[in-house]
Amino acid sequence: MSRMSRYLEIGSSPHVTSGASVDVIMRNVVYALLPVCAFAIYSFGAAAALVLVTATLSCVATEQVLCRLLSRPSTVGDWSVTITGILYGLTLPPDLPLWMVAVGGVFAVAVGKFLFGGLGSNAFNPALVGRAFLQAAFPQAMTHWAAPLGDARFMDLPQSTLALPFVEPGYDAVTTATPLALMKFEGIQAANQELMYGLTAGSTGETCAVLIALGGLYLVARNMMNWRTPISILTTVAILTLLMNWLEPGDYPRPAFMLFSGGLMLGAVYMATDMVASPITNAGCWLYGALIGLLVVVIRFWGGMPEGVMYAILLANAVSPHIDRLIQPRVFGTRGGKT
Amino acid sequence: MTAVLTRSTFRHGVHPPEQKDETSHLAIRRFPFAPVLVVPLNQHLGKPAVSTVREGEEVVRGQTIGKPDGFMSVAMHAPASGLVRRITLAPSAGGSMVESVFIEPHPAASQEVDDGEPCDVETASSEEIVAAIQQAGIVGLGGAAFPTHVKLRPPEGKEFDTLLINGVECEPYLTTDHRVMLEQTADIFMGVRYLLKATGAPKAIIAVEANKRDAVQKLERALPEDLPLEVAVCPVKYPQGAEKMVIKALLGREVPSGGLPADVGTICINVATTAEIGRLLPHGRGIQERVITIGGPAIRHKGNYRIPIGTTVRFALETTGVTGDLSRVFLGGPMMGPAVSNLDVPITKGTSGITAFTTNEISKATGHREIYPCIRCARCVEACPLYLNPSHLGLLAKNEQYPEMAEDFNLMDCFECGACSYVCPSHIPLVQYFRLAKKMVRKLEATA
Repeated sequence: MSRMSRYLEIGSSPHVTSGASVDVIMRNVVYALLPVCAFAIYSFGAAAALVLVTATLSCVATEQVLCRLLSRPSTVGDWSVTITGILYGLTLPPDLPLWMVAVGGVFAVAVGKFLFGGLGSNAFNPALVGRAFLQAAFPQAMTHWAAPLGDARFMDLPQSTLALPFVEPGYDAVTTATPLALMKFEGIQAANQELMYGLTAGSTGETCAVLIALGGLYLVARNMMNWRTPISILTTVAILTLLMNWLEPGDYPRPAFMLFSGGLMLGAVYMATDMVASPITNAGCWLYGALIGLLVVVIRFWGGMPEGVMYAILLANAVSPHIDRLIQPRVFGTRGGKT
Repeated sequence: MTAVLTRSTFRHGVHPPEQKDETSHLAIRRFPFAPVLVVPLNQHLGKPAVSTVREGEEVVRGQTIGKPDGFMSVAMHAPASGLVRRITLAPSAGGSMVESVFIEPHPAASQEVDDGEPCDVETASSEEIVAAIQQAGIVGLGGAAFPTHVKLRPPEGKEFDTLLINGVECEPYLTTDHRVMLEQTADIFMGVRYLLKATGAPKAIIAVEANKRDAVQKLERALPEDLPLEVAVCPVKYPQGAEKMVIKALLGREVPSGGLPADVGTICINVATTAEIGRLLPHGRGIQERVITIGGPAIRHKGNYRIPIGTTVRFALETTGVTGDLSRVFLGGPMMGPAVSNLDVPITKGTSGITAFTTNEISKATGHREIYPCIRCARCVEACPLYLNPSHLGLLAKNEQYPEMAEDFNLMDCFECGACSYVCPSHIPLVQYFRLAKKMVRKLEATA
């Protein structure tokens, strides 16, 4: 019995755990995003690849440097900053000058994440904070869209990609308007199929709805995403669009166009579902999703800009803590509210 | 009557690996007497029993050695024939020192027990059964160790419409209730008769989880025609064995926050407790032993044992043998069982098992994991069987906002099942925070 004379370890129950870990969840989100990245590169070529790589590297490097400066252990290993980087890259126009990409990446992590206290404390989705910053700082470059599937997309880079910092970027001739801009300013609706498969102009990642939905399904199946948020957003957008069509036939686009154009899919599936910046209860997620859907429709139909997913999500992020205060789980054996 | 194959269960909960296969097929075996048995006088919630023996006195197995001190107390019985060596403070599994009777069994002492005054289920009144259960020293054997007789009579103005027998046994590794249902089926039925009479409930339901099919079959096949008992099968889920959860699963009723099962017309008794009532009362005996599972990867001869109360954990482990590098020993299962710091603490009436882990399991499960900030993934919210918000409670606990936790977020409803800590991907010690917070709230209330 010599074995039993050694020290016993003490620990408070439970003595077993599910094995779930933040880094595993985050890494799986990265996996789910890879097909979307691959399609972006297929569609927009080398420029998109450089944008995605620059975005990710600038975010990861910023986190690493800030951890070092603040004398904290590095948090790069939890993979959350990699998601921020990829998502941020997917929201950018594919021919955006790389120096702008890097500046926005630093802003996303430094202001969008670290200023709020790092992982778990970011009130807003950091990727969207980075994009919002660029939208305000470089409005022209951020609304300049290259056409997809250009012939030389893997051979040549657009002139603008390697533009020097603070120099007016020169653009190649092949540019086009996004389906949403065409709709808003010229009243032309793209075909459903083109939108579903993402063969339209737009940000690197706001294109292939099918791949985005598949990635989302993977995460839902692994219990790593609350499906209620994207479903609530998409349903709200569809219902409101149907309603407007019914009220004033002909003046508004069809629901399918609304769902599959612009950044709605990417935003609904990957950005609005940022766990930290969205409500914690299921009921709260329904409400939060409906709010985003409403804001998207309002901005797209009556706002000054053709697209409104980014601002819709950022605004809903700001409301999310209030939704959590309003909607708490009904405690077992109570009627809800205080007991 | 036939089994109702209920699909009903409670909402939320978790699915830890069941780990019951290694012991569920092993028949209950008798455990030998240890050289010294340490019998604490308060093995139950409520007031400790008052010792009726003196140091140096000879006791006979089954003899009453402690009498109940008031209604919230039960009797104690000698687990073996032998000599009372001393009556003094001894460490308990909870960590505190409690008054205990040290009994040295005579070498080769018989395991026979003399009968006392029998309590006949046909002729005894409800009150007589309640008194007999108190005299038999019966407490909740599922782990709570709440004196059973205290809850048998419905409070003024209420009545029981259903008696629930809890054979869920949702803790991983534990298979005692499973074996009791297989091997003491008749005792259970007898116990149900006593309990129906004592509580005045017109019918009873026994809840069994779907991983104990053989027990369900055995119960169904042996069920006497005249006994108004139904067998209900619940899908496997933790913590279904908790009183509130089993009531929700079988009857769909929610025990009010801060209330009792009686508030929703029911009473819930553990199946092993029921079996002991059915086994002991006809002979007027008291509890001197109980069935426990000794298991876990560090145990060599795993099994289900009928073990004398007062056997120390050390003697139990020496008898079954340990393998590998024993690292952590806890009483009960791994989800709620408290770890022992001292192997000389005794098995008491509330101990449902001894589970022993090696360093391997500990490092795999809980060792040296990075604690991340809460990412509000809501897994704890989806796991909590009482629909609390562990995520938010965890933040408040970290800031030591204990009164707010209790007043605004129902902290005191938490029964510490550990589902939140089990699922947390940030490895935040949620239930551990809540245990501390509950203690602090009670302390604040006591001083206020």
